[in-house]
Amino acid sequence: MMVLGGIGFTAPWLLLALAALPVLWLVLRAVPPAPVKRRFPGVALLLGLKDDESVSDRTPWWLLLLRTLAVAAIILGLAGPVLNPEAEQAEGSGPLLFVLDGTWAGATRWSQQQETIEAQLTRAGRLGRPVGFLTLTRPETPVFQSADVWQTRLAGLRPAPWQPGADMIATATEALSGSGDFDTLWFSDSLEYEGRDAMLDVLQARGSVEAYQTAANVFAILPATYADGAVNLRVLRAVSGPARDIMVQAQGRDPAGNARILAAAPARFEEGAAQADVSLVLPSELRARITRFDVAGQRSAGASTLTDDGLRRREVALISARENREGLELLSPLHYIEQALAPTADLIDGTLTDVLPANPDVIVLADIATLSPAEAAPLSEWIEGGGMLVRFAGPRIAASDISRIDEDPLMPVRLRAGGRSVGGAMSWGEPKTLSAFSNGSPFYGLHIPDDVTVSAQVVAQPDPTLAERVIASLGDGTPLVTRKNVGQGQIVLFHVTATAEWSTLPLSGLFVEMLERLAVSSSAASADAGALEGTVWTPQRVLDGFGALSDAGTLPGVDGPALVTQPVGPALPPGLYASGERRLARNVLGADATLAPVVWPLDVPVRGMAVAPEQPVAGWLLSLAILLLLADVVVSLSLSGRLLSRSNASASVVLAAMLLATPQAEAQTAEETFALSATTELVLAHVITGDPKVDEIAKAGLMGLSDTLFFRTSVEPSNPLSVNLETDELAFFPILYWPVTPNQPTPSAEAYVKLNDYLRSGGLILFDTRDGDVADFGASSPNGRKLQQLAAPLDIPALEPVPADHVLTRTFYLLQDFPGRHNARDVWVEAADPGAEQIEGMPFRNLNDGVTPVVIGGNDWAAAWAVNSGGGPMLPVGRGYSGERQREIAYRFGVNLVMHVLTGNYKSDQVHVPALLDRLGQ
Amino acid sequence: MNDPLALRASAEKEAARLPALLARAEHLAGAVLLGAHGRRRAGTGDDFWQYRPAQIGDSRRTIDYRRSAMGDTEFVREREWQIAQSVMLWVDQGASMRFASSDALPDKIGRARTLGLALAILLNRGGECVGLTGTALPPRAGRPQIMALAEMFCRDDTADYAPPEHRAMIPHARAVFISDFMGDIDGVRLALTKAADRGVRGVLCHVLDPSEEAFPFTGRTIFQSMGGTLSHETLKANDLRDRYLQRLAERKAELASLCTLTGWRYGVHHTDASAQAGLLWLYGALDARGAGVAA
Repeated sequence: MMVLGGIGFTAPWLLLALAALPVLWLVLRAVPPAPVKRRFPGVALLLGLKDDESVSDRTPWWLLLLRTLAVAAIILGLAGPVLNPEAEQAEGSGPLLFVLDGTWAGATRWSQQQETIEAQLTRAGRLGRPVGFLTLTRPETPVFQSADVWQTRLAGLRPAPWQPGADMIATATEALSGSGDFDTLWFSDSLEYEGRDAMLDVLQARGSVEAYQTAANVFAILPATYADGAVNLRVLRAVSGPARDIMVQAQGRDPAGNARILAAAPARFEEGAAQADVSLVLPSELRARITRFDVAGQRSAGASTLTDDGLRRREVALISARENREGLELLSPLHYIEQALAPTADLIDGTLTDVLPANPDVIVLADIATLSPAEAAPLSEWIEGGGMLVRFAGPRIAASDISRIDEDPLMPVRLRAGGRSVGGAMSWGEPKTLSAFSNGSPFYGLHIPDDVTVSAQVVAQPDPTLAERVIASLGDGTPLVTRKNVGQGQIVLFHVTATAEWSTLPLSGLFVEMLERLAVSSSAASADAGALEGTVWTPQRVLDGFGALSDAGTLPGVDGPALVTQPVGPALPPGLYASGERRLARNVLGADATLAPVVWPLDVPVRGMAVAPEQPVAGWLLSLAILLLLADVVVSLSLSGRLLSRSNASASVVLAAMLLATPQAEAQTAEETFALSATTELVLAHVITGDPKVDEIAKAGLMGLSDTLFFRTSVEPSNPLSVNLETDELAFFPILYWPVTPNQPTPSAEAYVKLNDYLRSGGLILFDTRDGDVADFGASSPNGRKLQQLAAPLDIPALEPVPADHVLTRTFYLLQDFPGRHNARDVWVEAADPGAEQIEGMPFRNLNDGVTPVVIGGNDWAAAWAVNSGGGPMLPVGRGYSGERQREIAYRFGVNLVMHVLTGNYKSDQVHVPALLDRLGQ
Repeated sequence: MNDPLALRASAEKEAARLPALLARAEHLAGAVLLGAHGRRRAGTGDDFWQYRPAQIGDSRRTIDYRRSAMGDTEFVREREWQIAQSVMLWVDQGASMRFASSDALPDKIGRARTLGLALAILLNRGGECVGLTGTALPPRAGRPQIMALAEMFCRDDTADYAPPEHRAMIPHARAVFISDFMGDIDGVRLALTKAADRGVRGVLCHVLDPSEEAFPFTGRTIFQSMGGTLSHETLKANDLRDRYLQRLAERKAELASLCTLTGWRYGVHHTDASAQAGLLWLYGALDARGAGVAA
């Protein structure tokens, strides 16, 4: 390739053709434009006419320029111009060693690294250099082979989820000792690690070293910690540059068990800072499902951290004194606390001695005053080992002598005898309210509802230590909740009962929040080497370099102390380890890890991997040439008079349209067509049942009703439509006629959502079981049962048979019967307000409520309304004149129904007309 | 044409064209009201001309006794002289006539045939004998002659410019030449002088396409005749326009002067004008001239 002015040419000799351009100019200039051949009878008259010399038609100079440019573009395009041609490198000879860091830090850009390696392999192959590979995270003795052998094995290279340790560097150094001199290409992952300088010295002793590394930053995340109810995460970056936001995602399983992102929060790197902190405040239910945290956009083991027991649901043991009060659920001392904890914690029932061996996180004692020494001793031991004891006061504690003279080890404070009662029937004063939580309290920041009052409590003795142990107090300063730390654990005392007897606290949401604050802050004890002595942990799921979890398979177990002290490596891959019920996550980075960017000495040339790719521009130049030639076509046509002549006018218009116009198809979707047809006019609609006969009758019936409305009233509906509940929008229709057939499909959940929206927004559905001749209203017929099944998910209010003064009886016609093809009396509508009473002298009650959302009956109205294509009745109704009368009443019912839908309770309001007229003085 | 299949096919094709031409011509002819066509003099005929006193030499059978009974004088009832005139048509079938400057316009030959046949139908209804110049189809009266004419009109001539047929002209007959007269004018001159020698009067109808009058061409162009025998190349067609129009005007003037000399009528018809107007003019020109000749 030859480079001219920053542009490379693959076939530079073709550029010589540019020298021929002036010749082309002269030739084109000499040749006039091609003549048009025309048939013309008048040519006989033209014979012998000569052109003036002066007007001989030469090609204009700008057309010549256009054509010359087009030809030049073609020549340049064929010469194979390439933007950003790859700079030439020193060719070199002899063996070439590819050294790869192969750590998780390069995993995110792994494919880019692979491409660079492949390009260098190709180059080495072209030069005939033997190639060897050395991956520092998995060192092996390099085998120098021809480059194309390595090409096939390139895909097998994988980053390891650890950094090269001292032992690996040693192995690598040893592996190189046997080979001769070679040059080295070092594909670095941009992170510094111990022993890298030594390795570099070893390599430089054998030949030249060139380094390749990506310019992209490396991000990593430290293990999650929990403090004050929030999940704290720290994100690191190797190079501290300008301020930047990085999303941190919490991955886990949703309640359905599918892996998904449960939460995300931005971590902000300040300018020049190498770390960013982010806190996630999550509902404990959600938090308990998180399996790992990831840095968004990174795909490496270091950018994800696994969670372990620290996030699992708390185990809470509930213990109360009174167990045998069956049937008095609300009076159970543990009822409220159970309700509060059940969604977020695993509750354990049993006696204290049964519960303690299970090592729960929290033990709740509700109004238990005294514990036997056999219970107290292990309980104390458990508390000191990190357990949390929550106690509630009550009549028993108030009546006992516990913690009276000396502070009980299992009580945070000393108590006065008898407690106190405020605001009761026999006492002075009002029930007390809570004061705001102080800054040091774990409850700090919680909102205190006004309705939380305390009418009785046990009272703490004033002690020097009392003030620091109070974490919640009443408005008069009396302690309400006290706490003391014992060993690694703590004891919390609520000075009221866990029931609503002494206070309304258990009834309020504050109670739940307080319990959550307390339970969350009792996190699992952090594992240290001493505590793990003697345990063996088996890997369950391990991370690969890309941060993907896979089953550990038959990997051997790890000693407990080694699990927390040893660095991750081939013997200790990062992942989830389990010992019994305990699970511990070993992440790539420890809690105190930092990232340092690699610094190369001056004599090592460093190349980036993200060089601008070569960009051939031949295609663009050839396209330009085609465009120029197209323009030349148009110009030549117009010059020779063919572009705008009459016969070619249309062709040139078409050509111009093809050249310039971008066709823009405006397709009206089926939905829009449906919406237009449904909204241009008022339209009645029926639900498609799937039974063709029923659907046909329903549509014909609505047709007949629409005609009747058109003839008799000012409602002028258009042709009725059939509505598919699954696909069509319902909001366009004031009324839906829904004939019920036993085997019609039940609508989907989405369709029910639509139907409920429809009913709530004022729509009316006329359900017709069509069996009024054989069945009463109810589930006595297949249609009735189907109706019950169909309507169960619908938001339908209480119903009643149409009362004699319902507005439906007088919206247009005065009716008392609502017959269709059958004449059953059972037609049900929304029940009237039970408080509505008939005013003396008024013909009907004052029912000013809305339109009934449903009308349910079985009179097969559509069959009575149905008209055939000629306008005559489709089906017979009754016999003779009385039958026709019944059909007429059926039409009147239809008219009344549509009027009711459209005018609402307008006719009901007519009851006020006499009073209004009277007031107007008429 | 010995191949019966080819004969059949060409016959079918011709037959398919005939009704269209006939229908157009009939339609056109139907629009012209036939007016008085008498010779304005006594002679053999069906129409009453005048009563005149019987003279010596009149056959007694010729005396009109109804008129004579009104008085003492004997009258003879004379009838108008009504004689069938022979009209010979020549419609240029040359290739140059098969030209139309756009699809919206009829080609010149179509218009010429329509005009010729319509005129023939009109004359035929008036009882005249219509035929072609030359010996191919001598003038005859009667409906079948129209069919024969239509058939003759459907024969294209391969020559680029066909000269008028001037042979076998019936003395004192009438002739109608319809052509674009783009060819050699000598042929026209010969035909007209020969016709004048035989006392034949007639009409020249000059059919032109609008583009032949406007010459709307630009740019480098090679003009070719319809048959391809003549061609002319120009570098700037628009520069030729004025000179072409001048030549066309000269051609028209020459034709007009020829007609004046020989007692013919000359008219120009454009294919973008209505055929009706052309037919009316043709019919009127023929009729007026005929009256003059008869007088």
